[in-house]
Amino acid sequence: MSQAGRRERAALEVKFVPDEEVLKHIAEDSGIKVRKDKTQLTVTLKTFVKKLEDISDDGAQEILEEKNYVAALGICAQGSMGNGSSVSGGEVYSFQTPKRSSKMVELASELAQTPGQIVAAGHSECPEKTAKTPQSSKRPGSNKAQQRSKKKEFVSTTPYRLRKRLAAPDPDLESESEYSASCSEGDEDDQKEGSAGLSGQKTSAKTKAASVSPPRNTLAKKVKEDKMSNLVEEYFEAHSSSKVLTSDRTLQKLQKRRLNQQTLHDLLKKAPLAYAAEIKELNQQHESLFSKWMLHLHWGFNIVLYGLGSKRDLLEKFRTSVLQDSIHLVVNGYFPSITVRSILNSITEEVLDHTGTFHSPLDHLEFIIKRFKEDSSLELYVLIHNLDSQMLRGERSQQILAQLSSLPNIYLIASIDHINAPLMWDQAKLSLYNWLWYETTTFSPYAEETSYENSLLVQQSGSLALSSLTHVLRSLTLNARGIFRLLARYQLEHKDNPSYPGLSFQDFYQQCREAFLVNSDLTLRAQLTEFRDHKLIRTKRGGDGVEYLFIPVDDSTLTDFLEKEDEDV
Amino acid sequence: MSTCSVSKGCFVFKPSPKKRKLSQKTVNYFRERNNASEDTDVRFVTCQSLWNQIKLETEQIQEDLNKQLFDNLVSFLRQSHSEFQEKTTEWTCRMKSREIPTAALVLGVNVTDHDLTFRSLSEVLQNNITPYIALLEAKDCPGIKNLMQKLMGQLMNCYIDVDSLEDEDHMQVSQNKIRCSMTSIISWYQNVTKKTDSETPSKKRTSSSRHWQSPPVVVIFKDMESFTTKVLQDFIVISSQHIHELPLVLVFGIATSPMIIHSLLPHSVSSLLCIELFQSLSCKEHLSTIIDKLLLTAQFPFKLGEKVLQVLINIFLYHDFSVQNFIKGFQLCIVEHFYSQPLSVLCCPLVDAKKRVNSLSHDQCENIRRLPSFRRYVENQASEKQILLLTADNFLKEITQKLLEDLYVYHENYVSVLRCLHVFTSSLPKYPLGKQIRELHCACLENRVWETEEYESSLQLARMLNKSDLVTMLQQCVEIFVSSSGKEFDKTIEKLKEFLTQFQELEAEAFQEQDGSVSAQKELQKKTDLYHLQKTLLELKESRRSKKLTKFEMLRFEVVDYVDSLVRTYLVPADHKTLHEIMYFNTASVLRGHLNAAPRVALHTALNNPYCYLKNQALKSDGGNISNKAPDICIVYKLHLECGRLINLVDWLEAFSTVVTAVEGPNTDAASSDQVDDIIHARFIRAVSELELLGFIKPSKQKTDHVARLTWGGC
Repeated sequence: MSQAGRRERAALEVKFVPDEEVLKHIAEDSGIKVRKDKTQLTVTLKTFVKKLEDISDDGAQEILEEKNYVAALGICAQGSMGNGSSVSGGEVYSFQTPKRSSKMVELASELAQTPGQIVAAGHSECPEKTAKTPQSSKRPGSNKAQQRSKKKEFVSTTPYRLRKRLAAPDPDLESESEYSASCSEGDEDDQKEGSAGLSGQKTSAKTKAASVSPPRNTLAKKVKEDKMSNLVEEYFEAHSSSKVLTSDRTLQKLQKRRLNQQTLHDLLKKAPLAYAAEIKELNQQHESLFSKWMLHLHWGFNIVLYGLGSKRDLLEKFRTSVLQDSIHLVVNGYFPSITVRSILNSITEEVLDHTGTFHSPLDHLEFIIKRFKEDSSLELYVLIHNLDSQMLRGERSQQILAQLSSLPNIYLIASIDHINAPLMWDQAKLSLYNWLWYETTTFSPYAEETSYENSLLVQQSGSLALSSLTHVLRSLTLNARGIFRLLARYQLEHKDNPSYPGLSFQDFYQQCREAFLVNSDLTLRAQLTEFRDHKLIRTKRGGDGVEYLFIPVDDSTLTDFLEKEDEDV
Repeated sequence: MSTCSVSKGCFVFKPSPKKRKLSQKTVNYFRERNNASEDTDVRFVTCQSLWNQIKLETEQIQEDLNKQLFDNLVSFLRQSHSEFQEKTTEWTCRMKSREIPTAALVLGVNVTDHDLTFRSLSEVLQNNITPYIALLEAKDCPGIKNLMQKLMGQLMNCYIDVDSLEDEDHMQVSQNKIRCSMTSIISWYQNVTKKTDSETPSKKRTSSSRHWQSPPVVVIFKDMESFTTKVLQDFIVISSQHIHELPLVLVFGIATSPMIIHSLLPHSVSSLLCIELFQSLSCKEHLSTIIDKLLLTAQFPFKLGEKVLQVLINIFLYHDFSVQNFIKGFQLCIVEHFYSQPLSVLCCPLVDAKKRVNSLSHDQCENIRRLPSFRRYVENQASEKQILLLTADNFLKEITQKLLEDLYVYHENYVSVLRCLHVFTSSLPKYPLGKQIRELHCACLENRVWETEEYESSLQLARMLNKSDLVTMLQQCVEIFVSSSGKEFDKTIEKLKEFLTQFQELEAEAFQEQDGSVSAQKELQKKTDLYHLQKTLLELKESRRSKKLTKFEMLRFEVVDYVDSLVRTYLVPADHKTLHEIMYFNTASVLRGHLNAAPRVALHTALNNPYCYLKNQALKSDGGNISNKAPDICIVYKLHLECGRLINLVDWLEAFSTVVTAVEGPNTDAASSDQVDDIIHARFIRAVSELELLGFIKPSKQKTDHVARLTWGGC
């Protein structure tokens, strides 16, 4: 029986040879190897496995070479601070790989399952699991029932695959070969979904599959193709599909009370800071370098601090302990409305005691440079928290700050946090800045830096808008509140309609009249003007020239608002 | 005063004037760490004077290297408007030609160095050609209006500089009020030149001794590539209209290649320019000169260790090609060395060092005893001397003086022999020991060079050199040794000269020998039969093998062996020398951390492996893994790595709370597991917004309650 099956396979194989030829031409690189395989009619399993190892060796080799490059740059990790340099670039800057949506849950449960123990994160999934996952994703099992809805894309493709699989093999194939077919199919599936791009693991799974299934040649070919086109395919897969495979759950459904800034702050205060002792020790290490910082500043260098954790406290400590007796300027780069102009202004107005305005920042800068060059006894320390913040990262601002910092009697100490912050500077700016880099990983929470409304994520946005809404409305008449509520309700009713333009004025007037809120369209207009002045509503003209009114607040905030209002009323 | 505010981002702190110390001396910061040592002041002064010396030296080198270029430029500028000087009626014929004389200055990609070049260039021009120089940078000139404004400002300022403050009333007209146009520049120019004409003859003499009556106006575009084409084109077209009234010369600073002029400017504009090309010295040659003059000399006591030098050279070669940055790195090395090494007080010229050794304190003596190289030295001494060295300060000082002297002698000899070896290795095929002397220097510093494979192969290659090459090399070596300050080389010179005369004698002998070999050759040419040819060739080969070496070959072997012996005696790596720590700066990791930092790697490490920084046993883990007790941000980060482009916040939050509650213990009852704890929620918000600040994610409008990932793959 099995022999028959094998013969069938052989016949199939012969059929596919032209395909191979075609593929050979497409993939030049692997083509040679495949041809070699063909000349050796009896390919042993061993050589095949070996080849796979070779491939993974190549990968290792590349990483090794990268490491060599790092080593060539004089890597000499001594002490705890130098540890960072031992990571190779390939780990830090790797390609994007498509991810399965369930991965996070898996990892989380894995981390949670073994409390107090060290768990392999994602990488070391046991081989059983990899064998299982493709199957379960094909027929969403009970554990994934909740996520079924979000897998529409998969669901649509699965029947096709099933059909294909059912059609392809002969019905009298043995269960063993059926298994192998499904396994390789599963591998493909796995590939499509991209199991976190762990090639080593995949190959191991594949070797297993290969050992089961007789037609090694075809499999070898397949694996090789996979291998080669892996990166390319993964890249395009990650970028081609505009569909997003994530669950549709929203925070609304969690029945979660939204936290505002104050409660968040209070809650975090209650939560003890983890590893406080270690963090303190870390900070003390950095603080011991203060005098060295000053030395370097005075030798004409400027200092930039990087590393995980807020460096604000460290800089504050530096300021209070070392700079007490000298003129210094502290700039909160993370402040949402900081501009270069305001920095320059505070230098001219408060440091140089100059009143007067300037046409452009360039004139301004020129004036400052002139004054500092004239008076060499004038010294200014500038501390910038978050030089890479949204407001300061622009080319022009950086240019001006760089020129400022190149003055011999201005000493600049700045901190950067963003991962791409160094991209702000080209060679010219770098030479103006004359940086000395200091790694100051503090692990302290970015409390101050993230405290401004717009730096927080969706959970927070709207709380300010909501409070402003309630405050303004509280000062209005009952009728006015009614008008606004009416508009809000109407908007919420249409929240599922993406092309909802707003409520037209005429309709609005009609509704307000019906609710006995206004008696003439003039009163409504007067009321609306008041709303508009407080930026509670916005109007826009539709294509037919009709005025449409809407509230520029997101739906969840509006719902909250209505709930609150209803409580009040 | 606090620096937290919701209304303000800048805070100025001005201490009260009486409290303010005018300027705290830098030396105080030098002192603070090493309170124990009293030599800090001396060290600081030494450090500063050394740096000043080196700075002067580098400036001198730069000047020398640019001399040729500047000379060419100056003569070009002189010629460019010679007709204009004559003030002849030929003007009319020049009216037709509107070409602006232009110098294209190809400076190379090391943009950071250009500033210095331009500064010295304008200085040179100011002294030799014209007071009217304008230096323009692209960042100041976004439009033609700004350009003209800048140009006028610079030109009129330099006018004040020349004529002192005589006619200030004339300059009272503020620059803003003058309409910035070419005509106003021309009228200004005519005004200026007329004034010098009408001035008293005596004054005229003095001014015209340096400049002509109507010196050209030089406009330098520092970074031509970054100018907007529109601005450049407009400026060129406008000024070409007025070239007969204003002797304008343009200088383009070019970082890439001269082709850029033609790609930036259309033909109609570039045809208005009369371009001459000037090439500056390549930055690599500049670096070699700097290394030659700063490192391979006994002039400066401070030396760089192998690793440090390698880091600096690698930054230069892999990152910026900037000599300025190399010097900056060198400066940092000096500061670091004098700051961190208390014994660096002895890192000064030998005469001073000897004096300073005598006045060393007991602590410093202990410091000497603690040096690893000194310990090695002590171990090799006889036991009674060991005791003396370790107990008697005076004896130690004596020995230290002697050792320092040895070290100086070593340096002097080292440099000469290194150059000599470089003469040999730099002409070998494939350069087994490197083409540049810096590579050879690094190899010699690293370990015993004669034990390396490369050295072996280069010796073998040297044994195959032909005579004429060998003779020229020997002559070069003799020159090196003669010019070197080392005293031990008299014998070496003698020996080398002896080799040279032997070679000459050989030449005479060679004439006689030649006959024999020629006949054999002739015989070979006669044979046309293949079989016979093979036979004779075999015979020849046989005879060559059996024949003992010719005199020339013997001599060649002798020469190579002699060079080898020189290398073995003089090119001992520096860290085998006692007390090398005083002179050599060798902590490359510090340098690398400061100059060539990898911020993203640091973040990556902190997030993936917090144990690197937080030494808590609970965080300890193997590579690639993370403990579930890690700080919140690490856990959130690890979880987000498992997601695609978009991340659902709810899923994320749940995953996070699963992990965190598991750590905190299973006491949380099942009912509350559905609803996430408030504190955990808050912690999650904080961690997520921290990740946003770090640039790993950003809010996304694509789907409600989703954030977008900004990084790829593993990070």
